[in-house]
Amino acid sequence: MGLDTRPLSTLHEKASYEVADFEVPTGREEEWRFTPLRRLKGLHNGTADASGKVISEIETPAEIKVETVGRDDERLGKAFVPSDRVSAQAWTSFTEATVVTVPQEVEASAPVVIRRHGEDASGAAYGHTTVIVEPFAKATVVLSHRGSALYAENVEFVVGDSASLSVISLQDWADDAVHVGRQHAKLGRDARFTSHNISLGGDLVRISPSVEYAERGGDAELYGVYFADGGQHLEHRLLVDHAVATCRSRVDYRGALQDQDAHAVWIGDVIIRAEAEGTDTYELNRNLVLTDGTRVDSVPNLEILTGEVAGAGHASASGRLDDEHLFYLQARGIPFDQARRMVVRGFLGQLVDRIQVEEVREKVAAAIEAELDRAPAPETEPAR
Amino acid sequence: MATLEIRDLHVSVGAGEDAKEILRGVDLTVKAGETHAIMGPNGSGKSTLAYAIAGHPKYTVTSGTVTLDGEDVLEMSVDERARAGLFLAMQYPVEVPGVSVSNFLRSAVTAVRGEAPKLRVFAKETKAAMDALSIDPAFAQRSLNEGFSGGEKKRHEILQLEMLKPKIAVLDETDSGLDVDALKVVSEGINRFHDGDPETGVLLITHYTRILRYVKPDFVHVFAGGRIVEQGGPELADQLESEGYEKYVKAGASA
Repeated sequence: MGLDTRPLSTLHEKASYEVADFEVPTGREEEWRFTPLRRLKGLHNGTADASGKVISEIETPAEIKVETVGRDDERLGKAFVPSDRVSAQAWTSFTEATVVTVPQEVEASAPVVIRRHGEDASGAAYGHTTVIVEPFAKATVVLSHRGSALYAENVEFVVGDSASLSVISLQDWADDAVHVGRQHAKLGRDARFTSHNISLGGDLVRISPSVEYAERGGDAELYGVYFADGGQHLEHRLLVDHAVATCRSRVDYRGALQDQDAHAVWIGDVIIRAEAEGTDTYELNRNLVLTDGTRVDSVPNLEILTGEVAGAGHASASGRLDDEHLFYLQARGIPFDQARRMVVRGFLGQLVDRIQVEEVREKVAAAIEAELDRAPAPETEPAR
Repeated sequence: MATLEIRDLHVSVGAGEDAKEILRGVDLTVKAGETHAIMGPNGSGKSTLAYAIAGHPKYTVTSGTVTLDGEDVLEMSVDERARAGLFLAMQYPVEVPGVSVSNFLRSAVTAVRGEAPKLRVFAKETKAAMDALSIDPAFAQRSLNEGFSGGEKKRHEILQLEMLKPKIAVLDETDSGLDVDALKVVSEGINRFHDGDPETGVLLITHYTRILRYVKPDFVHVFAGGRIVEQGGPELADQLESEGYEKYVKAGASA
C-alpha cells in the first residue's frame, strides 16, 4: 500500500505501511527534532539487529478472548496506518501479534493484563497488539512494560459503537531500555476511550497516542503521568483527529523532572476538520521542574478548520514548585522536604487517582514515591 | 508563659537596588492571655509584619529581632516557627491542587504535635472542629482551598488554628470578605482558641473595626508607614471608627 492519499492536515503529514516511504530521520524534521536519534540504536534507520526478544505474559478473564497470531491475521492493521518510520519498521518486522477481543455486549469482569518483559536491550524486538472491543462491550486493558529492551511496537484499539475501553500503559522499564510505541484508537459511534500512559523507567521512551473518530459521539480522554530522572528522555506525542462532528476529547499530561539531563517532551496536536462541527476539546500539559539541569519541551498545536466548535482550548505550563504552596504547608509546621513531596504527589496524584484499577493505581503511586525518594537534596530551602 | 517579642524590626522586599523597605522599626510584645489588634490603612505594612513573623521568603529582615519565649524566631525556618508555636492565618490562602484537606490537616497536626494522632481520634477531632465552624465534612476530601469561597477559606484557616493550637496566633485580615454570619462563626472560633487556653496570645491584623465587636482586643495599635504610630486600649478602635486613618497617614508620610 502506498502513501495515503486522503487530504491531510499539516499536523498529520503522511501515513504508509512501507518503511521505504519514510525518509531516514536526520533529527531536523519537526517530528524527530526533540528525539536523540543516536539513542534509538538504529530503530529509525534500519540498522537495528532484530535479535531482541520481549516476552509476553497475559492474564485475562474468561469472557475475553486473547490470541497470539501470525503476521497474516487479517484483523491486524485495520485501524491504523503507520505515520512514522519506526512505526512502519515495527509493522513490517513483528513476527507475532496479540489480539484481544471483547465480544459484543460483554462487560469484562476483570482487566486484561498484558505484561511485556525484556531481558536484553542490545537487539531490537518488534511488537503488535490489536484490541477489539465490539459494540456495547466494556473492558479495561493494562499494558505493562518492564526489563531491558529495544522495543518498537504498534498498538491498535478498535472501540465499537457504544463500547467503552480503558487502557493503562505502564512504561516501567529498566534504565537501559528504549521503547518507541504508537497507540492508535479508532472510535465508533458513541464509543468511549480512556487512556493512561504512565512513563517512569527507560533510557528513551517515545509514545505516540492518537485518536480517530469514525462516527459521531466518540469520547476520548487521554491522561499521562511521567517522572523523568537524570539522563532520561520521556516523550509523548499526542494526536487527536476530529474528523467527524460532535465528538469530545480531553488531554491532560503531567510530569515531574529531576536531575541533570532529564528531558521530557510533550507534543499535543489536535485537529478539528471542517466537517467536525460541534467538537469539544481541551488539552493540557503541565511540568514540574524539581532541580536544575532538566529540559522540557511542551508544544500544544490546535488546528481548527471549522468555526462551529463547542469548545476548543489548550494550555501548557512548566515551572518550578510554587514557593507559595511550599510556604503554606511549611507555615503549618510541615518540613520542607515533606511539603515538597506533598505538592508533587498532589500534582501527579490528580491523574493517578483516575486510574480505575486499584492494583495499578497503588503501584503507580508507590513508583512515584520511589522517584521522590531518589530525589537529590532539595535545591535550596527558601530564604528565611 | 508565651511571649512574642518584636524589637526594632526592619523588613524589605526585593533585592539590591530594587529593595524597598516596608517595615521601619516595629516594636511590639504579645503575651499569653492578650489580644492585640493592629489596625492601619492599606499599604501600611500590616501584612508584611505578619509574613515576616511567619518567615515568608519574599521578605528580608534587615535588622531587629523577633523572639518567642526568648528563642530567636528569625533563625528558624518557616516550619520550625510553626512547630515552635507561631501560627499565621493567611489573608489569601493558596490553593494546592491534589493535596486533600484531610491529608494536609493530618500532616500539619503530626508535624506540630510531634507524633501522628490516632486515626479514629483524629477523625473525631476533625469532625468536631469542622462542625463548630459550620464546615461541610465533604471538605475533608477536597483539594486544599481549591474552589473554596472566600468565606470557606477563612473558616478553614480558623479550623487549622483550633487544631494546631499555637502559642501565638497572627491573624491577617481574617475578617476581610466575610459576611456578618461568617464573621461571627470565625470570631467564635478565634475566641474558643484564645479563651480555651490562657497560654495563648492573639495578634489580630485588620483594616476595619467590625471584627473587634466579636473579638475583644486588650490593646490596639495603629500602623502607618511601616511602624506603630499610636497605641491604646479598645477605645482607640472606637476613635478610628469615627475618625479614620487620615491623620496617621499624613503623619506616616511625613515621618
